Parts: sequence; structure tokens; C-alpha cells
Amino acid sequence: MGKKKMTMDRRHNLIGWLFLSVGVVLICWTSFYPMIQAFILSMKNGLGVNLKFAGFSNYARILKDPTFKGTLFNTFFYLIIQVPIMLTLALVLASILNNKDLKFKGLWRTCIFLPCATSLVSYSMIFRSLFANDGFVNTMLRGLGMTPVMWFANAWTARFVIIIALIWRWTGYNMVFYLSGLQNIDYSVYEAARIDGASARQTLFKITIPLLKPTILLTTITSTNGTLQLFDESLNLTNGGPGKSTMTMSHYIYNTSFVQSPNFGYAAAMSIVILVMVAILAVIQMKVGDER
Amino acid sequence: MSKGKKIGMYVFLIIFSLLSIFPLYYMACAATNMSVDVSRGRLIPGTYLVENFKSLIGNQNLGRALWNSFRNSSVLTILCLLVCSLAGYGFEVYHDKAKDIVFTILLTAMMVPFAAIMIPMFRMFSQMKMVNTMAAFMLPSISTPFMIMMFRQASRSFPKDIIEAARMDGLSEIGIFFRMFVPTMKSTYSAALIITFMNAWNNYMWPKIILQTNETITMPMLVSNLLSGYTVDYGMLMLGVLICTLPTAIVFFFFQKSFTEGITGAVK
Repeated sequence: MGKKKMTMDRRHNLIGWLFLSVGVVLICWTSFYPMIQAFILSMKNGLGVNLKFAGFSNYARILKDPTFKGTLFNTFFYLIIQVPIMLTLALVLASILNNKDLKFKGLWRTCIFLPCATSLVSYSMIFRSLFANDGFVNTMLRGLGMTPVMWFANAWTARFVIIIALIWRWTGYNMVFYLSGLQNIDYSVYEAARIDGASARQTLFKITIPLLKPTILLTTITSTNGTLQLFDESLNLTNGGPGKSTMTMSHYIYNTSFVQSPNFGYAAAMSIVILVMVAILAVIQMKVGDER
Repeated sequence: MSKGKKIGMYVFLIIFSLLSIFPLYYMACAATNMSVDVSRGRLIPGTYLVENFKSLIGNQNLGRALWNSFRNSSVLTILCLLVCSLAGYGFEVYHDKAKDIVFTILLTAMMVPFAAIMIPMFRMFSQMKMVNTMAAFMLPSISTPFMIMMFRQASRSFPKDIIEAARMDGLSEIGIFFRMFVPTMKSTYSAALIITFMNAWNNYMWPKIILQTNETITMPMLVSNLLSGYTVDYGMLMLGVLICTLPTAIVFFFFQKSFTEGITGAVK
């Protein structure tokens, strides 16, 4: 009997590996293997397919590349301004929607989540059209007797439009995660706090945020990750312009590898830099998340 | 809660909901209006829908793009749900030390930015002569750490007793998965379906790289192409955007309820 149990366990163990084999092999093949390839590629130099080993010269070039620095600045600017505003809004909306006495809950939730149904290219087009020189926003400004703004002609106003668009698209998405997290918190905790006379602010900081910590951490990491990889918006909303003043890192990498004379080695080196930054930020966020 | 606060809460919700809907309303109106009227800020539905549609199909191969997007996204979603739920179930139900380590390593793949792997992947698929194929479009997204994690979390709530009982009844392991697990996990599958289908439909960067002919064009690429002219026809552009948005919006409305339930299960 003991021996039979043993073989059963072994059999189950083997079946377990079979269950997860396809998924694991695919991830190794389309994530880890290309990552190693990217690192090897980043050590090579040359145009198109004529690649020669070049050591760390691509990385040295990054340090001296003003365009890369510009795109780095833009990406982090979006990250630092947009992610905190968006996550705060999402959290506030989620705690309002979690209120038991609230009416039309489903309606609010659907409205706020709806932007997520649009593709990144689609909403980029909508905002591009709204903020165009002869677009809706300027027509409204004119109607109100104000001077129209050439939104995409100035670096700062163009960045502003990108941030507004990003907040519009992603707040509802993050809200759904917070809302789900909140539903796992027993409502009696809130009842007790209310009876003890806790203010809304106290409830938020003393109950909601601590209990939602894992979800907040998850959304912070995914939002950071997403913002560092911003591409569709940069290409379709502003096309990186004016000049290259709103271009993101991914957009620059794409242009370096597929638009101008392709330089895969240099593009790969830049992508490795993004990879390292994503990893560092994730580790920092997890550390901070653990301590609090 | 005081009355003033309550009113403030509703006002905030109303403003935010309106801001969320307005760009979509604008898009739908613009799709039925002439480009000039769109610029003038006309915010009521017009009568120019048919003309916009005519210029859209005259300008781009809409039918081809819709079919490609629909086919690619559906096949990818089915494969992704199958592969990831099998893996998530496998990691949870048959878990041991070795599998847990493999799982942790897989999670690090979540942090790999797409920009970092797109060039080697493009080179890999071109060497295999797979550029412009549906397989090359699908392969990178069939198995994702996020989906596997989601199904693993959901598998936690699947009672072990059921598995034991089914084994007693002589059901095979794969039989337990398909006959017991899949039917009980409807909400998780719905959430996974929405996320995967939307991501596949909306994916832009990878198809732009790997699908390069007019024959393989997808909807987001078609929308992006509408900007290529010298002047932008806003009516036509917004109709393209509307057509590109409708399928994902329908999928979302159809599965919305189970979506929130599924996410709730995954966040637990």
C-alpha cells in the first residue's frame, strides 16, 4: 500500500509538470530567451544585419546621447506626475463606490471603467482630435472668449495632453482592482470605525490604505511598468513631437530599430537599460511596500 | 454622513462619470458628422455616417482588418485561456518545492519590458520565416505570467475534496480539470477572456513590427494609418476609432459582471 501511494504521488507530480509544461516553455521561449539575446545583441554594433562585437560601446553611447536623455526625462516626467494622480483618484473613487448607501453603483462603475474598453491607438486618436488646433477644446476656448492653445506645438502643453489622456484611460482600470480589494475587507470594520466616530480621512488612512496595501503595491508596480513602456500614445497622439520633446523611450527604441537605418545593437542596449530600471523600481517598491 | 458631504460625493461621481464618457460620446458623434462640423465642435449626432463609411472603406481595407483582428484575437484568447489555466491549475494543485521555484522565476518575466525583447523576437521569427504569420503574432502572448498567476490564485478556492472524490470515482487527472475545474471557474475564465481579448485586439506595437503587409493589417494599425494623409478627415477617423472600439466594448458589457467577480477572486 505504501509503495502504491508512493507511485501515485510520483505520477501526480509528473502530471503536474505536464499541466504547466506548455505555459512554462512558451514563457521561456518568448521572454527569457529573447532577453538573453537582447543582452548579447547590445554588445554588438553595426547597421542592419552586419553586426560586429563591440563590447560596451553601445552603453557608452547611451550616456552621450541627448535624445536618449530627453526620452528618459519625458518617460519619468509622465511617471512621476501621472501615476500618483491616477492612483489617488482611483482609490478615492473606489472608496466612494464601496459605500453601502450609495445609489446607482453599477452605473458609476460602468461609466468610470468604460474608457478601458478603448484601444490605446483609439483613445490617442480621440484626444488628438479633441486637442487639435481646430479641434473641440480650442473651439470651446474660442467660444468662451479665450485664446486657443496650439497644444501640440509646445513641449509642455503636449506633455500635459498625454498625461490627461493617460489618466482618463487608466483610472477606471485601477479603480476596479481597488474595488475588488475593498470588497474583501469586512464591512463591519467600517461600521465599527463609524461608530467610534472616525472621520472619512481617518478611515482612509487607518483602515483602507493599510488593508489594501497588497493591491496598492500591485497597481503601483503595473502602472510604473506600463508607463516606462509607453509607446502607442507617444506615436499616435503626438508622434513624439514637437521635435522629440514628448517621445518616450520605447518609441525611440522602436525608431532606432525599425524606422531609421536599423541599429539593432544600440536599440537593444537601450532596452536593457529600461529592463534594469523596471527591475530596480520594482524592487524599491516592494521594499517600501514591505516596510509600511 | 452629513447631507452636504453626500451631495459632494454625488457631484464628484457625476463630474467624473461625465468626463469618462464625454470623449466616447464625442467619438460617436464625430463618426456621424462631416469633418468641418467636428472641428466646429458639433456635439449632436449628424447624418454623415454613410459618407464617412464610404470614405473609410475607400481609404482602407476595413473588412480585411476586421477579419484579421477578430480571427487573431479569438484564436489567441482560446489558446491563452487553455494554456494559462492548465499551468495555473498545475502550479496550485500539484505544487511542491520545485514547482514553486519555477513559478517564482516565471513571475520575474512580468517585469520584462516588451521593448527589450521585441528586437530579438523579430529576428528570431524572421529567421524562422514566420514574419506576417498569425502564429508569430500570437506566440508571445499565449502564455503570460499574469494570467498563470490569476488562474493559480483562483485554483486556491477550488476544494481539494472535489479532486479527491473525483479520483475515487476513477476520473483521470485531465478529466478532473475539464469536467470539474473549468465549469466551476466561470467568472475567472470570463475575467481572463476580457483581459486577453482586449489586449489581443488592442495590441499595436507587436503587430506593427511582425505583420507588415496590407493583407495582415489589424484594426489598430488601420486606425493609425488614417492619419497618414495630408489633412485629417476627423469624421472618417472617428468612425474608424468607433469600429475599432465596438467589439471590445461589447465583450466588456457582455462579461462585465463576471469580470469584477473574477478580479475579486484573483486579488484575494
